[in-house]
Amino acid sequence: MGTIFNVQQIINGLQVGSIYALIALGYTMVYGIVRLINFAHGDFFMLGAYAAYGAFFLFNASLAGLAGKGGAVAFLALVASMAVGASIALLSNRFAYRPLRYKPKLSSLITAIGVSMFLEYFLSALPIIGPSYRSFPEILPKTQIAIGTATISNYVVLDILVAAVLMIGLTLLVKWSALGKAMRAVSQDKDAARLMGIDVERVIAWTFAIGGAFAGAAGLLSGMTYPRIFPYMGIQPGLKAFIAAVLGGIGNIPGAVLGAYIMGLAETFASAYNSLLGEGIAFAILIVVLLVRPRGILGEKTADKI
Amino acid sequence: MTGFRIPKLTLSALALFAVVEGLARAGVLNGYIVHIVNLSLIYVILAVSLNLINGITGQFSLGHMGFAAVGAYVSGTVTSIVFKLQPDSTIGYAVFIAAIVLGGLAAAVVGFLIGFPSLRLKGDYLAIVTLGFGEIIRTILNNIPFVGGPRGLLGIPKFSNFGVILVATLLALIVIRNLIESSPGRAMLAIRENELAAELVGVDTTKYKVLAFMVGAFFAGVAGGLLAHLLQIAHPTQFGFMGSVLVLIMVYAGGVGSLTGSVIGAFALTFLSEGLRLVIDVVAETTKLPIGGEWRMVVYAVLLIVIMLYRTEGLMGTRESRIITLEEAGK
Repeated sequence: MGTIFNVQQIINGLQVGSIYALIALGYTMVYGIVRLINFAHGDFFMLGAYAAYGAFFLFNASLAGLAGKGGAVAFLALVASMAVGASIALLSNRFAYRPLRYKPKLSSLITAIGVSMFLEYFLSALPIIGPSYRSFPEILPKTQIAIGTATISNYVVLDILVAAVLMIGLTLLVKWSALGKAMRAVSQDKDAARLMGIDVERVIAWTFAIGGAFAGAAGLLSGMTYPRIFPYMGIQPGLKAFIAAVLGGIGNIPGAVLGAYIMGLAETFASAYNSLLGEGIAFAILIVVLLVRPRGILGEKTADKI
Repeated sequence: MTGFRIPKLTLSALALFAVVEGLARAGVLNGYIVHIVNLSLIYVILAVSLNLINGITGQFSLGHMGFAAVGAYVSGTVTSIVFKLQPDSTIGYAVFIAAIVLGGLAAAVVGFLIGFPSLRLKGDYLAIVTLGFGEIIRTILNNIPFVGGPRGLLGIPKFSNFGVILVATLLALIVIRNLIESSPGRAMLAIRENELAAELVGVDTTKYKVLAFMVGAFFAGVAGGLLAHLLQIAHPTQFGFMGSVLVLIMVYAGGVGSLTGSVIGAFALTFLSEGLRLVIDVVAETTKLPIGGEWRMVVYAVLLIVIMLYRTEGLMGTRESRIITLEEAGK
C-alpha cells in the first residue's frame, strides 16, 4: 500500500483516457484531413454534455414507469449528445472553416478560436443555460464494484466500454467502408482524391460530423462520471485531448487512442503524486514530445514541402 | 536640407497628454474615462508588442498574457515589499520605474527561455506551445502562496497614472518602430515573408525570431507591470488564454503587421468593451431580462470570426499612418 501505482489508479487512468480518446479522435481526424487544429472541438464535448442533460429532462418524465427506463434514457441521451455534437461540428465547418479552406492556415486557426469563444460565451450568455455550474442528473443508478483492493463504479466501466465500442466502430468504418477509404485518400492527397472523383467537401463534412459525435458522446460520459457541467468545461479536456493526439502522432487514428490512454494514466498518477504536477503534466508532455519527437509516437515522418 | 525631422509621434503623444490632462483638470473627462484611456494605452503596448511577434516576424503566439503576468507579478512584488518598508512616494516612484523595467526584463528572460526551444516549431504547433506556456505560467502563479496563489497579488501600490503610461506607450512604439525600420527588423520581415528564402540569403532566422520574442515579451512585461499598478491587483485569471485572445483580436482587427492598426485596434476594442458594458447594463435594466456580461464576449467572438472571414487584413492591412513611420531623410 501507499504506492500510487495500484489497480485503482490504473482503472481511473483508463477511464480518463477513454474520454480523452473520444475527443482526441476528432482532433486527429480533422487535422489529418484539413490540417486544422479545431480549437472549438473541446466545445463540441461541452455541447454533448448539455444535450444529454436536456435529453434527460425531456425523456425521464415521459418514460416514467417503463421497465429499464434508466437504460433507455441513457441511450437517448447518448444519441442526443452525439447528434448535437455532430450538428454543431457540421455547422461550424460549413460557416466558419469551409470559406477559409484555401486561405492561409492561420486564418482557420484564428477562426476556430473565435468559434470556440462564441460557443462558450453564447451558451453562458443564454439565460436558460447561464454561466454557472449545473449538477448532472444520475441517469443510471450508480453502483460500486469491488475488484480485489480496488473499488470502481459502474460508470467507470461504462465509460471504458462505450469508448471501446465507438472506437471499434470507427476502425471498421475507416478500414472497410467506402467513406473510410475516401477519408484516407483525402488525408493523403486532397487534390489527387478530387481527381479520382471523390467529393472532398463531403468527406470533410463527414469527418467533422463523426469527430463532433464522438466528442459529444465523451461529453455525456464525462457529465455522468463527474456530475457537474458548465459552459467552459470543454477547454481543459479539449486541450489535453489535443496534446494526446500530438503525443500519438496527429493525423493518426490509433495514435490518438494510444496517446489518450498514456495521457489519462500519466495524469492520474501525477495527480496522485502532487496536484500541481497533475495540472502541469499534460503541457510538460507536449513540450517534450514537440522537442524530442514532433511527429508523435506513431506519426509518420513527413518532410516540409518547399 | 539637414536631417532634422519633426518627431511626429512624440508631438502627437504630447498633444494627447495636453488634451486628456487639460480636459480632466477642467472636469470634462471624469476619472472613469481617464481610466479607460489608461487601459487603452496599456493595451496599445500589449498589441504592438504582440504585433512584433505575430505580425512582423510571423510567429503565431497565443501566450502573450503569460509575459504580461511575469511583468505584473515581478514588479508588483518588488513595489509592494518596498512600499511596506518605506511608504515614501518620492523613493517609491523611482522604485516603481525600476520595478517596471525589472518586470519587463524578467518577461524578456522568460521569452528567451520559451522562445529558444519552441521557435523550432511552426504555425499551429507554435500556437499550441505558446498557449500551453501561458497556461503553465498561470498554473504556477496559482500555486505560489508567496504571491497570493489563486487570490492574486493584492495591495500593490497605485503608481500608474496617465503620464507614466503614456510615456511607456510612446517608448514602446518608438522602440518597436525603430526596430522594424532597422536591419534586424528587415530580417524579421523577411522571416515572415518566407522563412526558407530568408535563411538561404543568410538571415540567422533563429536569432531574429528569439529577438522578436524577447523584445515583445519585454514590452508585454512592462504593460503587465503598469496594469498591476493601475488596478492594484495582479490575478492569475487576468492573464489567462482569453486575455491573450483579446490582444490577438486587437492586432487582427487593426491589421497584422501595422503598428498603426494595433494602436487603433487597442483603443477601439477597449472603448467598445466599456461601451458594451454600458449598453448591456442599460438593456438589462430597462427590459428586466437576465442579460449578463457574457454578451460582450459573444460580440468579440463574432467580431473575430467576421474579421477572419471577410477582412483578414484588418482595418489597416500593413499600411502605416505617417505619424508612426520614420520620415526618410530629404523627403
